[in-house]
Amino acid sequence: MTDAGKQIAKQKDATEIELLSFLVGGQDYSVDIMSVREIRGGATATSLPHSPDYVRGVINLRGTVLPIMDLSRRLGMDSDVESDRNVIIVVAVGDRTVGLMVDAVSDILAIPEDEMQPPPDMPADNERNFVTALTIIDGRMIRILDLNAILPPANEEAA
Amino acid sequence: MSDPMAEIRASFFIECEELLEALQDGLQAMFDGARDDETVNVVFRAVHSIKGGAGAFGLDELVAFAHRFETVLDEVRAHRLAADGDLLKLFFQCGDMLGDLVRDSRDGLDHDPARAAPVLDRLDALMGTQDDTPDAEEVAFQPMAVSLDLPGLDTDTPPPGDAPAPPVWSIRFSPAASLYAAGNEPLFLFRALRDLGEIEITCQDRDLPTLDSLETEQSFLAWEITLTTSEGEAAIREVFEFVDGLCDLEVTEQVGGADITKLHPPGADAAAANVATAPYPAAPAPGPTTPEVTTPEVTAAELTAAEAPKARPPAPSPPRATVRVDLDRIDRLVNLVGEIVINQAMLTQSVEEAGLPPNSAVRTGLEEFLQLTRDIQESVMMIRAQPVKSLFQRMARIVRESSADVGKEVHLRTDGENTEVDKTVIERLADPLTHMIRNAVDHGLENTADRIAAGKPAEGKVTLTAMHRSGRVVIEVADDGGGINRDKVRAIAEMKGLITPDLPLTDSEIDNLLFLPGFSTAEEVSNLSGRGVGMDVVRSSIQALGGRISITSEQGKGTTFSISLPLTLAVLDGMVVRVAGETLVVPLNSILETLALTREEIREFGPETHVVNIRDNFVPLLDLGAELGYRDPLEDYAGGVVLLIAQEDSNPAAVVVDAIEDQRQVVIKGLQDSYGRVPGIAAATILGDGQIALILDPVDLVAQASGRTRPPRPIDAKAG
Repeated sequence: MTDAGKQIAKQKDATEIELLSFLVGGQDYSVDIMSVREIRGGATATSLPHSPDYVRGVINLRGTVLPIMDLSRRLGMDSDVESDRNVIIVVAVGDRTVGLMVDAVSDILAIPEDEMQPPPDMPADNERNFVTALTIIDGRMIRILDLNAILPPANEEAA
Repeated sequence: MSDPMAEIRASFFIECEELLEALQDGLQAMFDGARDDETVNVVFRAVHSIKGGAGAFGLDELVAFAHRFETVLDEVRAHRLAADGDLLKLFFQCGDMLGDLVRDSRDGLDHDPARAAPVLDRLDALMGTQDDTPDAEEVAFQPMAVSLDLPGLDTDTPPPGDAPAPPVWSIRFSPAASLYAAGNEPLFLFRALRDLGEIEITCQDRDLPTLDSLETEQSFLAWEITLTTSEGEAAIREVFEFVDGLCDLEVTEQVGGADITKLHPPGADAAAANVATAPYPAAPAPGPTTPEVTTPEVTAAELTAAEAPKARPPAPSPPRATVRVDLDRIDRLVNLVGEIVINQAMLTQSVEEAGLPPNSAVRTGLEEFLQLTRDIQESVMMIRAQPVKSLFQRMARIVRESSADVGKEVHLRTDGENTEVDKTVIERLADPLTHMIRNAVDHGLENTADRIAAGKPAEGKVTLTAMHRSGRVVIEVADDGGGINRDKVRAIAEMKGLITPDLPLTDSEIDNLLFLPGFSTAEEVSNLSGRGVGMDVVRSSIQALGGRISITSEQGKGTTFSISLPLTLAVLDGMVVRVAGETLVVPLNSILETLALTREEIREFGPETHVVNIRDNFVPLLDLGAELGYRDPLEDYAGGVVLLIAQEDSNPAAVVVDAIEDQRQVVIKGLQDSYGRVPGIAAATILGDGQIALILDPVDLVAQASGRTRPPRPIDAKAG
C-alpha cells in the first residue's frame, strides 16, 4: 500500500473506509468521502487563459470562484464528447477547493481496509501516479485517487 | 495567542496611537495660535497617559522620555514658559520621538538612545538642572478614591484631632453565595487588609448548618475583622471593591476602642446572614435610612440597600461611540454584501425573463430591494473607510524633518483631513505620498534666498488636500515654489535619451516626463530624494491602487500633483468587453480611449505584428483573444474595436476586442487563492447572470504580450 493509502486507512482507524465512487471515461474511480464538500450539476465554466487543457475554467459557486478540472483529461483520457450531463464533485484538499468534472457519480462504498491493494507496477504513465490503491466491488475495479497529485501545483504560474 | 497580558498591551498601543494623534492635533492647534489652557491640557494629558501606561508595562525608556517631555509641558501649562514657535517646533520633535518610542516598544525594537539625546538635551536646557528620574508615585495608576458618603456612619467618627493613635476599624464581612460563584476568595481580601495595618480576624460559623443539611453552594460563614490602620475608610472599602454587591459589608470605626458592632442585637446578625444567602432582599427596601449605631433596629439588610447605589465607584468618562473590530470580520461582511449585490442582479435578470408586468408587486419590491442593497453596500464600504488624518499627520512630520534637512522654512497646510478613504488605500498611500512631499520640499520649493528674491514669503508652503470628487478621492500635494522648469526637464530628458531632441512637446507633455523611469531633476543628489527612485515609482504604486496621478505647474507659482483614487479596493469600475466568445472586464482607469479601427490606421510592422496610427503616433496592436490564447490572430482587424491602454512608460498599446458591452462597477474576487496566478489576469468577478468574468491586468498583459496579430503561416518559420 502506498503512503497515502496507509494514511487514509490510519485516519479512519477503523476497518472500513468510505469512498465516493464515480465514472470517468467509463472507468470506476473514487475519492475519500471526507474530502467531498458537495456534488453539483455542470455549469458553463469561464475558461482561464494559459491554463493546462485539463483545467476547464472557473465557475461561480455561491459567490466564490471555483476552478474546475476535467478529470478525464487529467487522467489522460479523451473527452471529446461534450456531455452536458457532467457532474462536478467539489472537493477540499488542504486549504484549496476545486471542482472535479466527472461523467457520473455512482455510489458511496464502505471498503474494509484489508481489501485495498496497491496498484500494480505499470510502465510509467499518468494514471498510475494518481491512483493510490485499488479494490474490487462486485467484480468492478475501483481506483482510489490521490487528490494532492491531481491538483495543478498551487501558487505557480499555470502555463 | 490568548495571553491576556499581550492583549492588554496591544490595546495600550492602540490607545497610544490615539493619544499621539490627539497630541499632534493639540500641538498643531497651539502652532496655529491656540493659547487656551484646554489645548495645553490636552497635550499634557496625552503625554501623561502614555507615560502612565508605559510605566505599567515597564517600558522604562518610554517613561523616561515622556516624563521629561511632560515636565516641560507642565511649565507651559503653569504659564512659567511661553509656547513660542521655537518651543513648539521642539515639541513637535518630541511628539515624533515619542511616537517612535511607542512604536519601537510595540515592535520590541531597541531604541537608539542617541537619537533622543539632542531633543532631551534641549528639553533639559529649558528646565535648567532637573531631577530626571520620574517619581514612581506619579507613574503608578492613581487609585480611585471610592466615596461612600454613608450618612450617619460619619457622625460617629471622632474628629481627627481626637485620636492620635491609628484608629481601630471594625469590619463585618458576610459574603453571599454569588461571591464564591464569581470566583472570589475571602482569604485574598484579608491578605490585602493585612497590608493596611494590624489585623485580627474571627470567623463566625454560627450559621453553619450540620453536615447532613449543608448545602455546598450556599454561603454560611461571616467574618469579623478588627483592623488598626491609619488609612481611611476609603482604603478599606477599596479592598472590597471587586466584591461590591456580592457581600454584606460593614465598616465602622471603634470609638474609644469599644466595638460598636457588638451593640448589634443578635437579630441584626441573623438578618445579615439572611441577606448573605440572598444578596438582594425581595422586600422593598426602605428609603435611605440613617443607620445610627445607637439604633439597634437597623438591620444589615437596610444598610445594604442604602449602601448599594452609593458604593459603586464613580463612572469613568463616558465611553466613546466607537468599536474596534477585527479587519477580517469587516472584510467578510464586505464580501457577503458583494454576494448580495451579485445575487440581486441575478434575481433582477430572472424576474425580467419571467416577463412580469413592470408594475407588478414583485418588480416594485425588487426595486426597493435594489435601493436597499446599494445603501447597505455603501454603508459597509464606509466601515472600512478611515479619515486620512493619520496619514496627513505623518506627512506633517515628513515636512518638518525634510525641511530641516535642506534648511528651508516650510509650513504644511492640510485640508480635508476628515475625508474618508479605504483603510488599505491609506496604508498603501503612505510611501508614495512621503516621496511626493519630500519632492515638494526638496525640488518644488526654492531656496529661501531665491524666494525672497522672487518677492515671496521666506517660508515655503506645501498644501496637502483631500476631497471627494465624483465617487473618487482626490489628494493633492501643492507647493508654492518655482514651478517646473520645463527647459531643464526637457534638457535632462534629452540628455538621458528619454526623448529624441526637437520632439515637439506640449507643456503638459513635458511635465509628464517627470514620471519617466530614471528621471531626476536634482542636479546634485540630495539626502532626501533623488535616490534613483523617482516619480515613476510613485506613479506605479498609485496605479496599483487603481488610481491616476496628474501634474499641473505654473512658472513661478508652484506645482500641484493630483492623485485620484477609488474609494475602495473591493469594487472596480470596469468596461465589460467580449472577445472570442468570452466576457472580460478591463479596469476603466487603464483605458485612455476607445476607437474603431479603419483600414488606413493599421500598418504592418515586421512579419507578425501591426502598429496602429493614432493621430500620427504609432502604438502596437494587440489582439486580446490571441494574447489570452482564446483564438488565433485574425486576418483583418479593420473595423475592430480598440481600447487604448495606458502604459507605465507612457507608451500606450492598442488592444483589439470584439465588442464593448457595458461599463459598470464589479466586485473583485481573487483568483490567487483558489487557482493561482494567471498571466494577464488580475482577478475575477461575477456578472449579473451569475457567470464569472475575468478582470484583465492590462499592464501585465501588455508586458507579456507576443504582439502576434497575423495568422500563423506554415511557411513562415520566424519566431515571435
